[in-house]
Amino acid sequence: MKDELTQDQRSANLKGMGSSRKRVEDVRFTQGKGRYVDDIKLDGMLFGDFVRSPYAHARVTSINTEAAMAIPGVVAVLTAKDLEPLGLHWMPTLAGDKQMVLADGKVLFQGQEVAYVIANDRYAAADGVEAVEVEYEELPVIVNPFEALKSNVVLREDLEGQTEGAHGPRKHHNHIFTWEQGDKEGTEKVLEEADVVAEEMVYYHRTHPCPLETCGCVASMDKVTGKLTLYGTFQAPHAIRTVVSLISGIAEHNIRVVSPDIGGGFGNKVGAYAGYVCSVVASIVTGKPVKWVEDRMENLMTTAFARDYWMQGKIAATKEGKITGLWCHTTADHGGFDACADPTKFPAGFMNICTGSYDIPTAYLAVDGVYTNKAPGGVSYRCSFRVTEAAYFIERMIEVLAIELNMDAAELRRINFIKSDQFPYQSALGWEYDSGDYHRAWDQALNAVGYKELREEQAQRIEDFKAGKTRKLIGIGLTHFTEIVGAGPVKNCDILGLGMFDSCEIRIHPTGSAIARLGTISQGQGHATTFAQIIASEIGLPADDITLEEGDTDTAPYGLGTYGSRSTPVAGAATAMAARKIRAKAQMIAAYLLEVHDDDVEWDVDRFSVKGAPERFKTMKEIAFAAYNQAIPGLEPGLEAVSYYDPPNMTYPFGAYICVMEIDVDTGEHEIRSFYALDDCGTRINPMIIDGQVHGGCTEGYAIAMGQEIAYDEMGNCKSATLMDFFLPTAWETPTYTTDFAVTPSPHHPIGAKGVGESPNVGSVPCFSNAVHDAFRPFGLVQSHMPHDHWRIWKIAKDLGLHS
Amino acid sequence: MSKMHVKLNVNGQEVEGLAEPRTLLIHFLRENLNITGPHIGCETSHCGACTVDLNGKSVKSCTVFVAQANGSDVTTVEGLTNDDGSLGVIQEMFREHHGLQCGFCTPGMITRAHRLLQENPNPTEEEVRFGMAGNLCRCTGYQNIVKAILASADMMNAQKEAAE
Ligand code: FES
Ligand code: FES
Repeated sequence: MKDELTQDQRSANLKGMGSSRKRVEDVRFTQGKGRYVDDIKLDGMLFGDFVRSPYAHARVTSINTEAAMAIPGVVAVLTAKDLEPLGLHWMPTLAGDKQMVLADGKVLFQGQEVAYVIANDRYAAADGVEAVEVEYEELPVIVNPFEALKSNVVLREDLEGQTEGAHGPRKHHNHIFTWEQGDKEGTEKVLEEADVVAEEMVYYHRTHPCPLETCGCVASMDKVTGKLTLYGTFQAPHAIRTVVSLISGIAEHNIRVVSPDIGGGFGNKVGAYAGYVCSVVASIVTGKPVKWVEDRMENLMTTAFARDYWMQGKIAATKEGKITGLWCHTTADHGGFDACADPTKFPAGFMNICTGSYDIPTAYLAVDGVYTNKAPGGVSYRCSFRVTEAAYFIERMIEVLAIELNMDAAELRRINFIKSDQFPYQSALGWEYDSGDYHRAWDQALNAVGYKELREEQAQRIEDFKAGKTRKLIGIGLTHFTEIVGAGPVKNCDILGLGMFDSCEIRIHPTGSAIARLGTISQGQGHATTFAQIIASEIGLPADDITLEEGDTDTAPYGLGTYGSRSTPVAGAATAMAARKIRAKAQMIAAYLLEVHDDDVEWDVDRFSVKGAPERFKTMKEIAFAAYNQAIPGLEPGLEAVSYYDPPNMTYPFGAYICVMEIDVDTGEHEIRSFYALDDCGTRINPMIIDGQVHGGCTEGYAIAMGQEIAYDEMGNCKSATLMDFFLPTAWETPTYTTDFAVTPSPHHPIGAKGVGESPNVGSVPCFSNAVHDAFRPFGLVQSHMPHDHWRIWKIAKDLGLHS
Repeated sequence: MSKMHVKLNVNGQEVEGLAEPRTLLIHFLRENLNITGPHIGCETSHCGACTVDLNGKSVKSCTVFVAQANGSDVTTVEGLTNDDGSLGVIQEMFREHHGLQCGFCTPGMITRAHRLLQENPNPTEEEVRFGMAGNLCRCTGYQNIVKAILASADMMNAQKEAAE
């Protein structure tokens, strides 16, 4: 049989890896036919809504639900007293702490859940919430972690007298843990003996992932079958099933968790929230399905803040600028409960990636977790477990050191980068960087933006400014970041004891199309499009003929979900491995059909052909049919495979970002003149989707650096709980990005891919921030905390005496 | 609370129902009519996920009582699909130019873009960015949304020309 198509044409028809395949999800989404949690409507469904604390720290002295129960449509009101007999008034957190589901005697942050009203519709539920009478007795409020460690006020009375927490000794009643990495004495010695030491406090403020869709769920207990179905905005549906089983006592096979379409996650939807527990209980109590969807204010005030790290740094170097040591002490504000979402052995996530892209021989890191009267959370907002904080810290410290050395910051980076021949590189804080070529990326970036000319233009501008010819300064923001994603190897990464592998199951149908199911869940990343591309390239069936399913725990194989840029590094690897198992069986079938030995056929894009006789072949389509209609000696019928992939290492994507910003000294306003983003995420599966991820991640980074924050006053009132106060950039302010790439494949990943979704958030925040600092560097600015909103920039100029 | 009778024309179809005076248009669309294209992202007029066309103007349906919309024409994203079920021009261009990721803002974006292009068939990039500033997206960084809308304008103009 002759084939008219060339190899390249056959390959293009598959729309496999490397193709900017259009997204299959979009046909539904563009017509408004997505199915998000709030779109789910079940017969007789009730609505739940929370009574929340107006105080940040108070005793709850009484709760009266009578008036609420009298409101038409209100079915029940749950308080901690109702949950206590079930043992559900508290729940375990992902960080080894526990958290109140409903206020048990006191509240620890503003917005904390106090009672749960169940009603026939959302309006009646809101009426019920208004009518619940709660009496509080105010207690002293602590919103500053440094004060918390000195204060006599005990925030967590339930832990009083406990000197040991989930992560070792507690030094104070408001202290959670100390986590140390690296060589303390060695680093102190290096600092003592160094030519130059730069020291700075770098604060990464509290913010929030704020996906456009808030968190929510629908719980439905079928009393007849005893089966609980829980639909929800879960980034980790399988883990949620296990957690629900463990805390409710319902056997795991009697729980089905479904993540439908999710309207963005960014870390917000990893954790387990009181709303889920209350909805499950409400459904069991009422025998009806119960929906709970938080509103925006509840979202910003209660579910999952991010960052809030005070990072004290010291960096040592020779006179020539070779870095010799790095020291960091972080005070981490965790709020009222430790509900951070990190792998168990990493209470400060991967903060120990804070040596960044640099070859730093000696380093030491200590992190102290602290309770305050703020919302719990500490999730990774488009970040792999505190990498954003680590990258911001080191990229600021490099700039501070450059000032100390009076050196160009681009050059300082260059002389300290880990060299390409040093990979795999063992970092001083314990990681093995898999691969990289930082010098090449850096040169590519500096050339692309015309770095030398930019510096000349900036110098001219400063002269003009001093001469009174302009009131605008130019800032050139530089960043070279190294990410650590794809958590992770089961030997050191687990969440609540669940190893962080991931999975894929592929079934080939007789006619040569397929369905694949994964343990992950897309929240906009386009998994249905890109994972089909991996399979298409691996087994030679067109991506268009492959259906992808995720998020239903009754059908999908177990996996740890989607966050920390882990889907491609872990589930993507599982997908390739499962596909390879199928290909191995297909090879045997092909050999049988072609009547040759297994080793005498070879793979050719979408078929196996006889070595040396390419005109004799069997396509995957033919092989698929044969798998179901031929009795092949020694082979079972059918063609399917499953892979649970335990990654041998993390992957280490990296990038070089450069921002040029104009700053108006008198108004504090800024304009992003250009933003260049070079990403190296290893093998590229779908360049269109990668670009989209970079645009989106940079925009989130822009928001964080330039205005977005969760702020509290001294009473613990959240000052930024609406979209009026919490900065989300519109199309009008958002810069236009120039994307670029390099490819250094991961040596240990089956297809060499590293993950990209979070890189732009990790890289862009220091880049924007460094641009602001750079503009004022000639006037003596060393460090100024984010977010750099107009007022704060204006204040920098004022404090530097530029307004006179 | 006593209910009132409301009548609307939604995506070309006469619909009616009972609603409390305080019922918001977005809730009436989503819960009474099962039109779940328009989404809820804030309920405070900031995000634009709930954007619909009301008598030829873009409105945020979380900030309109259904009572106010009584007797009006409402178009949602569902109404922008072609009669034969294929994607309308703007829907197609959003797909072509990767103007969406999680898809949550998309119905509001497309409905707003539809009105913007009725009002200004030849917008500049600046005009698109300004005209879309009432609709927030957390995923795309807007770059491809802007591209998709400019491409939609070109395509709609070309179609108009061909028809003339
Ligand atoms: S839900 Fe209407 S503007 Fe956000
Ligand atoms: S595509 Fe997710 S909010 Fe716009």
